[in-house]
Amino acid sequence: MIIAEQKPLEEIQDMVAPYQKILLVGCGSCMTFCSAGGSEEVNKLADALVSENKNMGIKKTTTPRQCAGKFIKRLEDKIGDCEAILSMACGNGVQAVASRFPEKPVLPALNTQFIGIKEEPGVWTEMCMACGDCILWKTGGICPVTRCAKSLVNGACGGASEGKCEVSKDRPCAWQEIYHALKRLNMLHYLKEKPQVKEWPIHPGRVVREDLREAEAE
Amino acid sequence: MSLRQALESGKFVVTAEVAPGKGTDVEHLLEEAAVIKERVDAVNVTDLQSSVMRLGSMAFSHFLTEIGIDPVYQVTCRDRNCLALQSDLLSGWALGIKNVLALTGDHPVLGDHPKARPVFELDSVSLLDVIGKLNSGVDMAGNELKGAPDFLPGAVVNPGADNEAALDLQIMKLEKKVEAGAKFIQTQGVYDLDTFEKFMKRIEGLDTKVLGGIILLKSVGMARFMNKNVSGVFVPEPLIQEIKAAEDKAQASKDIAVRLIKGMKDLCDGVHIMALGWESKIPAILDEVGL
Repeated sequence: MIIAEQKPLEEIQDMVAPYQKILLVGCGSCMTFCSAGGSEEVNKLADALVSENKNMGIKKTTTPRQCAGKFIKRLEDKIGDCEAILSMACGNGVQAVASRFPEKPVLPALNTQFIGIKEEPGVWTEMCMACGDCILWKTGGICPVTRCAKSLVNGACGGASEGKCEVSKDRPCAWQEIYHALKRLNMLHYLKEKPQVKEWPIHPGRVVREDLREAEAE
Repeated sequence: MSLRQALESGKFVVTAEVAPGKGTDVEHLLEEAAVIKERVDAVNVTDLQSSVMRLGSMAFSHFLTEIGIDPVYQVTCRDRNCLALQSDLLSGWALGIKNVLALTGDHPVLGDHPKARPVFELDSVSLLDVIGKLNSGVDMAGNELKGAPDFLPGAVVNPGADNEAALDLQIMKLEKKVEAGAKFIQTQGVYDLDTFEKFMKRIEGLDTKVLGGIILLKSVGMARFMNKNVSGVFVPEPLIQEIKAAEDKAQASKDIAVRLIKGMKDLCDGVHIMALGWESKIPAILDEVGL
């Protein structure tokens, strides 16, 4: 899932300062699971904003997904006289809402961090950079592009110390993890493959599926 | 004699290393290099080592050629994409640089611009591959070059990797580096000859020349710092005590380096001495080991 964190309250206050009435929208998918922008966080943020500014009018709602057109459409009934939308979605959701409501300022209440998993309560780790060319089958299910600080694809650098990355003692060396996984799977030969140069996608990415387009046209 | 000729001659090769500073002042460093000019086969020039912003390795390597020293131009993949790396390599050759040491490079977070955006599009292995392509007259995209370099490519290895996984990974990568064309290997600093001997046994048969790394121990503090912070460098406690007990620390440091170099003479093809500002002490060390 996508992991995000709420922005500092001061920054959110600056964003909403020009408006008297806002629509605060949570997201029922990733942002709920990572406890950054679900209905619970919508209530907390609304309370915090009102306690700082009693005159602030806040209408609250949480959509199942802010990145899906059919759910965004439902906001049309809710927006009423709100001057701006404060979104507790990831950057994807914020932009999807903004494109649907071009006449309203859509403000991000969160900082989107990465695609990752919950490691333990209160700790999330990045797992995938959506690089467009998955090599997990050769790396024991551990992504070096994401989990090696240098995104190396031809093996470890010399910087690890006691199994930890040179960047930080609380990060394991992804290549040592890959080594252990491949050894366990009896697949160490994948580490001896010819050197690769990672091809990075050109942004913004776009996926075109002709089969689906044709099916729709018919 | 160039580094290439020295390596091909089969003699026990000696290289040293200088690090350009922060700023445009190069005179002092050139003077230090001149002191060892007649005693070493080549001098490495580091590329923003420890990710600290400094004067560049290409410019200083070029200055070394002007005073008759054969430089080893260190190139890391931290700061440049494949366009910049290839262009710099061509520029370096045009400026008279014949040897390149391909390194992945430290992460910027370790340096003095910790928020700098890291590149690492290539790594040490793919960079060696690219050097080979340029040497053969084509770039990475397969376009022909009008005038090609003929670099002597080298690489590094860390024989003191601190666990089995790390060491296996180092050796696998070393094999890839040699396969990608590394003609010489300079190792991370070695203080334990037994570990180094075991390492050399493991890479027996690898078709490259290995220069053992010697870092001059300047103080107890430095030894402890390296043990704590420098990956793959381990200074055994007896050596630390030797420095501690010595009245003349510089002499003790020299004695240790002499013993290590003598020990390496039968194990590898040369030494790479990292004097960290003590370049003036190198000639006396080499006198004592008969090099």
